Amino acid sequence: MPDDLLLIDPHVHMSARTTDDYEAMAAAGVVAVIEPAFWLGQPRTQVGTFQDYFASLIGWERFRAAQFGIRHYCTIGLNSKEANNEPLAEQVMELLPLFAAKEGVVAIGEIGYDDLTPAEDRFFRAQLELAKEVGLPVMIHTPHRDKTRGTSRSMDVCLEHGLLPHQVVVDHNNEETVKEVLDRGFWAAFTIYPKTKMGNERMVEVVRKYGPERIIVDSSADWGVSDPLAVPKTAKLMIERGIPTAQVTATCYANAIAAYGQSGQIRESDWLAPAAIDQRQLFSGNSVLRGQQPRIDA
Amino acid sequence: MATPAELLRTWLGQQLWLDIQLARIAQGDERTLFLALGQAARRVGRGPLAADCVQAETARTRWNPADWSCDQAARTLLVLALPSADPVRWLATLDRCFHAATVEELVALYQALPLLSHASLLTGRAAEGVRSSMAPVFAAVALDNPFPAEQFGDDALNQMALKCFFVGADSARIIGLDRRWNLDLGRMLAHYARERRIASRPLDPALPPLARACGADCPD
Repeated sequence: MPDDLLLIDPHVHMSARTTDDYEAMAAAGVVAVIEPAFWLGQPRTQVGTFQDYFASLIGWERFRAAQFGIRHYCTIGLNSKEANNEPLAEQVMELLPLFAAKEGVVAIGEIGYDDLTPAEDRFFRAQLELAKEVGLPVMIHTPHRDKTRGTSRSMDVCLEHGLLPHQVVVDHNNEETVKEVLDRGFWAAFTIYPKTKMGNERMVEVVRKYGPERIIVDSSADWGVSDPLAVPKTAKLMIERGIPTAQVTATCYANAIAAYGQSGQIRESDWLAPAAIDQRQLFSGNSVLRGQQPRIDA
Repeated sequence: MATPAELLRTWLGQQLWLDIQLARIAQGDERTLFLALGQAARRVGRGPLAADCVQAETARTRWNPADWSCDQAARTLLVLALPSADPVRWLATLDRCFHAATVEELVALYQALPLLSHASLLTGRAAEGVRSSMAPVFAAVALDNPFPAEQFGDDALNQMALKCFFVGADSARIIGLDRRWNLDLGRMLAHYARERRIASRPLDPALPPLARACGADCPD
């Protein structure tokens, strides 16, 4: 693999990961990550825990990532699983405008359907309206069960609310869903899971079959069995299997910038030529490193 | 004589968006404050602020905005615009700003402390900033900021001064520490110096003279 290949993991829950993961990702060429707001493995019961979670996504986690030379962005949203607690979900909806307009928030997400319930539908639609109001793209979580129907319906509802296909990234695709997503003009993201759904090898074949346009590779690594190096490993496998480097760069870096760059909150210059103020505020601390030197090259 | 807010507004030049937000916030519109704090950088830019430090010192003793950025100045103006006649409500709103802040916003908010009303109500907030694990947030309270030496009791101020050495910050940038030297700080610094020596770790050469100035026995 070329040493200078820059990579982005545009869907990874770093709050659940260790500093070893940050080190390994930086060493493997990951320069930026996007952390979508999601659930924490069990449902929250208080609006305050949502508030602190959103605050950590725009605050502490971003700072922590910067210690390892990785730029951290996030999406803000009420996930579909927790949308099913309607009284709590209503309170979370009132919180969202406080966080959606912050620097480095690149989309409303991950939102969509899980069990395809009326409550999920209600809060999905409300958040599509919020995305339009604050001028952000949308990151769609497609359901694990009844995936094909859930994916089609997610796109239908986005269009119904006046969003354009290029403003929406549909995530967790597989071979069954990708054709419709691409044919309808949406971005198609793929999560590389170590054991289920998409594996590296299948991902290579998807890119070979459909080409690199509007396809995005991510890890969705979180607190479950998952691999924070899924993007670098997939990029390496693509190159070994003869996928042109330009297509690897498109699917593992540039397409994510193009899709989420519609927010105005993520630019290549953020990591290639950071502003002096960023260097002072985000790249100068050492609190997480406990006496080690920050792993910063520039 | 110009107030700090008037100076900040002048240094930022023409800013129609900002003026609209400031007018709304002055009417008590908290939602506008919360949204504008997040949007400030994309509206006024992140370049260095053209501050005049002589004017700053005249408007507010020991206020030094030399390293401020434009978005920081705008964020400061946004919180300064919040009506403060009802201190309980004012503090509750300010706390909400802190609770939903990015690193950049926290830096701006903590550096704004010496410009805000009701200083005595803000010592707990400032001490919270000193506890931060985010180096720039700690620095925003501890360095180039007259608030701690003016408002902290000895315990909080001593913790802050010691943490400066602990995290490798430049203690010379603590404003007004020389007026607050005390025996307890000397003891804490001398003890920390001994810990470093026993562990064969380097010691900031500024520490022993400060410990001695505080009345402690602390060799170089």
